[in-house]
Amino acid sequence: MTLELDARQRALKQMLEIRLAEEKIQELFLANLIRGTTHLAIGQEAVAAGSTAALIPGDKVTCTYRGHHHALALGMTLRGMMGEMMGKATGACKGKGGSMHMTDATIGLLGANAIVGAQLPIALGAALTAQVKKTGNIAVTFFGEAASNIGAFHEALNMASIWKLPVLFICENNLYGEYSVWSKTTPIQNIADRAAAYNIPGVMVDGQDTEAVYQVVKTAADRARTGQGPSLIECKTYRYRGHSRTDTAPYRKPGELDEWLQRDPINILKERMIADGQLDEVEYEELRQAAETAVVDAIEWAKNEPFPALESLYADVYYEG
Amino acid sequence: MPEMTYREAVAKALADELASDPDVIFFGEDVGEAGGVFKVTPGLYERFGGDRVRDTPISEQAIIGTALGAAITGLRPVAELMFADFVPVALDQIANQVAKYRYMSGGQFVVPLTIRAAQGGGNGFGTQHSQCAESWLMNFPGIKVVSPSTPVDMYGLLRGAIRENNPVFVLEHKGLYNLKGEVPDDTAPMNLGEAKVVRAGSHVTVVASQLMLHRALEAAAALAKEGIEVEVIDLRSFVPLDKTTILQSLAKTNRLVVVEEAPHQAGWGGDIVSLAADEGVYWLAAPVKRVNMGGALIAYSPPLEDEVLPNVGRITRAIRDVLAA
Ligand SMILES: Cc1ncc(C[n+]2csc(CCOP(=O)(O)OP(=O)(O)O)c2C)c(N)n1
Ligand SMILES: [Mg+2]
Repeated sequence: MTLELDARQRALKQMLEIRLAEEKIQELFLANLIRGTTHLAIGQEAVAAGSTAALIPGDKVTCTYRGHHHALALGMTLRGMMGEMMGKATGACKGKGGSMHMTDATIGLLGANAIVGAQLPIALGAALTAQVKKTGNIAVTFFGEAASNIGAFHEALNMASIWKLPVLFICENNLYGEYSVWSKTTPIQNIADRAAAYNIPGVMVDGQDTEAVYQVVKTAADRARTGQGPSLIECKTYRYRGHSRTDTAPYRKPGELDEWLQRDPINILKERMIADGQLDEVEYEELRQAAETAVVDAIEWAKNEPFPALESLYADVYYEG
Repeated sequence: MPEMTYREAVAKALADELASDPDVIFFGEDVGEAGGVFKVTPGLYERFGGDRVRDTPISEQAIIGTALGAAITGLRPVAELMFADFVPVALDQIANQVAKYRYMSGGQFVVPLTIRAAQGGGNGFGTQHSQCAESWLMNFPGIKVVSPSTPVDMYGLLRGAIRENNPVFVLEHKGLYNLKGEVPDDTAPMNLGEAKVVRAGSHVTVVASQLMLHRALEAAAALAKEGIEVEVIDLRSFVPLDKTTILQSLAKTNRLVVVEEAPHQAGWGGDIVSLAADEGVYWLAAPVKRVNMGGALIAYSPPLEDEVLPNVGRITRAIRDVLAA
């Protein structure tokens, strides 16, 4: 199952914007315009682009601190994101969230979570609403392979299965949880195998191939929409950068990054489109340029936006009304 | 006027809200077909069906996380945690998620979520099944916390909590489930955040809640025979805190005793004392007293449990002390 031309074009554009935005985000972090910490998804773009291509309006998503790619693929504006990165009043969360908490209810993004695994149960709730209200919508929750070792993962998959909730558990296996290679912390080969314990489908997919991701997510989504319950999908992928901040990932095997660079998600889709006569190098370069312009524009805009008024500190602790 | 138990008031509030709003759903461990471990919720499953009244696995994090996710997407869930002692099991979802979801998104969500839990000691449940959770929960702005002490307040506050567009913990004291009281047919959902003077007096103010409130009332009744007029305030709501009612009482009595079913350290009584120090210090004619569990834990053996929880004798002594000062 390949994507239609317009969906391919959309995915390519998204992935270029994600890649370029993430590269700039690191620069902004090093320049101290983004504070605290930030987690880049460079190398994992196809998971976001492929998964979101299978979603429809009304579907809900929760993800992790490493979630800029999901936010952008779902349609968060670059300005909203960059504003939030810099803590500006006009950021996606009015400066209350930051890099780890990109949230946009208008596009179904229920939030990026900084507590490993916490977003899984929350997605169950969105799926429960869809089930009770019979909307035909689903919820999707993204998490890393290391998050499959936390209790919330077990509780969420178990309860989702018992209640046959329309929720997809999409694991981005990028081989590392912080500085630990996953084989050091996880006693099985494939996270997808854990699905057996919950009596739900567990599917593995090449996470660098947008269309392969789309295909398995679409199949699982159709299943969930028709009342057949949750699925666990493991996308084999790789983060090109370190875990966060200034981590240079000295713990990885020599040559490992180079191997993965051979299978770059953007290149894979690009080459496929060129082979299918849907794209040429000139057009690709134009797309890349346009993405860069959009990213730079968003950053310049965000730099000039105001910080939140100090009174806003006390706003939205509670809903007043 | 119909009389009912505190336990029945919970069930009636839940039933009335389930009946009046199709978005209300209710779930927890054994709350459905079994009717709850304290037999608080029998009949709801049969009446409202398994789609809206659900039994969950023993998964406190999933229960709270699911309730949160449902609340921000259009349902009005009521989740039960069974024993309040299980709050720490789900503390990430409570403290980092439920409390912060609206705030960290810049106000993108309303979180109409109610969490019920049975709390409190005095029944020999031992150290892991007897605690009160108010003081733990008060440290997470974003959550409201109510602790009804009578059947009518249980009915009105639980309904008020379910209608509230913020996360609310409704803490039910296990020792009060059999308490009977009148709940008028027209009892409306109550506003959260209003304390109540349940006994008027002019010599000393006692602030308490739930089981401790009833013990404070007992002490007050006995002291009245000696001509000592104790004003007893049922806090009812820990967050928001009704400062006005407390300060007004203090202005009148000039003396304060706080009775907490909690350890002393970082117990909620410290907040009441701090309020008195900040905003009522010129009214105070004597040092304030906190009666609580000190630095001990709840023990199983009956005399030990009786000793650790503030009893009528200790409350009476504290009142006499502040009057003598
Ligand atoms: C409950 C919890 N424990 C530990 C951390 C610190 N931490 C942040 S990310 C991370 C690694 C998670 O790895 P994985 O789930 O594979 O996701 P990835 O970062 O690779 O996307 C850890 C340990 C945390 N944020 N939350
Ligand atoms: Mg990982």
